[in-house]
Amino acid sequence: MLMGHKTALYSTHQAGGGKLVDFGGWDMPLHYGSQMEEHHKVRQDAGMFDVSHMTIVDIQGTEAKAYLQKLLANDVSRIESIPGKALYSAMLNEEGGVIDDLIVYNMEGWFRTVVNCGTREKDLAWMNEQAASFDVTITERQDLSIIAVQGPNAITKASAALASEQAAVVPELSVFQGASAGDWFIARTGYTGEDGLEIMVPNAEAEGFWSALSEQGVAPCGLAARDTLRLEAGMNLYGNDMDDSVSPLAANMGWTIAWEPKDRDFIGRAALTQQKADGISEKLVGLVLESKGVLRAHQKVIVEGLEQTGEITSGTFSPTLGYSVALARVPAGIGEHCLVEMRNKQIPVKVVKPCFVRNGKPLI
Amino acid sequence: MSELRSELKYLSSHEWARVEEDGTVTIGITDHAQDSLGDVVYVETPEVGSSVSAGEEAGVVESVKAASDIYSPVSGEVIAINEALEDAPETVNESPYDDGWFFKVKPSDLSELDSALDADGYKAACEEE
Repeated sequence: MLMGHKTALYSTHQAGGGKLVDFGGWDMPLHYGSQMEEHHKVRQDAGMFDVSHMTIVDIQGTEAKAYLQKLLANDVSRIESIPGKALYSAMLNEEGGVIDDLIVYNMEGWFRTVVNCGTREKDLAWMNEQAASFDVTITERQDLSIIAVQGPNAITKASAALASEQAAVVPELSVFQGASAGDWFIARTGYTGEDGLEIMVPNAEAEGFWSALSEQGVAPCGLAARDTLRLEAGMNLYGNDMDDSVSPLAANMGWTIAWEPKDRDFIGRAALTQQKADGISEKLVGLVLESKGVLRAHQKVIVEGLEQTGEITSGTFSPTLGYSVALARVPAGIGEHCLVEMRNKQIPVKVVKPCFVRNGKPLI
Repeated sequence: MSELRSELKYLSSHEWARVEEDGTVTIGITDHAQDSLGDVVYVETPEVGSSVSAGEEAGVVESVKAASDIYSPVSGEVIAINEALEDAPETVNESPYDDGWFFKVKPSDLSELDSALDADGYKAACEEE
């Protein structure tokens, strides 16, 4: 019997045939019958995900900006001139390891962050500890559910399901921008590589909105499809592709570090600077296995001519491509091929940039 | 609830065996197994003409979630494999007892199946898991 936290949509998932499993202490739907069908539905049409297990943390107060500029490796001043603009950032520890990856939204005068589910306690403790020297309040929002609607038809179908007050803000949204509408917050963000929205709704209104989406032909999708979609899109999963002991520079997150202005002393800056000076020995790459088999996390990566080995951090079968892909942390000097140890054999795989599908189309 | 077929024999490792009219044995995985595995993406079967032994590994079924060895319930010569599974592995999920069969064996000793489980025995074994 599952005894974890339940989102406001738990009964809906049960009634809808969701296969409920434990995820980070929450009872969440893994799939509703076929994860492959759900994956295809998102790439070809529109699917919806209950992601209310994620943690919403609002940052308010006169020093909210200064606080976030210290806390985060990316710089919120990059988004402060555009209302609702979103920013993807790492939150680092003093050693330059990744505590979590998150999205922060410019709420005009204050900021909203969304952090991972599994890191909730750790993140809140850290964020509160760092807030001590700033005039800032940290408020977790357990009163909001989050429904992600993703796919080429997601915005059209979601707009048809929204009340007019909420639907009105959608046409103005650029990619990676959100807007408030009443108690709702609607953002053009996602974790699938498709266009779409992530919508924060008061808990009491989640079921009604989920039904309205269903009536528009949006298919419910579970965590299994969420994982194959994000991996195809080259998006990291905290806990797999990076953790407290991993530098963002070894996790394909170098682009999220705002080094300028040089006098912005964010937590972890000194450690990262030292890492760059010492030289980064590892990087996160994509792997492709075009023959039979599925690449899986923790399989060893062997590079010809090098003693140093690597490891797959996330692997799966890619429904869109029809074969297996993976993300792997490997020696920086790796070429275009390597071997993966699978079931007592060494299988040749291709090394590519860590992104396999974009807007429904294969990149490789 | 997973489907069971009363006329089949089962292994606790979730394979089923059907003795055909001509004395050959058709082998596949159960409804419970395909449900646990999730969407099947690859199936590896023994080669036609090769030998299999009762209780030994005879192939692999791989889903998005995990790879699982398949054990043969009987010893004998492999006389046919289900080639349709190469292009349509999802058949295993859709029809585990009929179209989703894996391979057929000409058994060397059919009495080996006497020690296999019947439907009730398999159901009980699953409940203990």
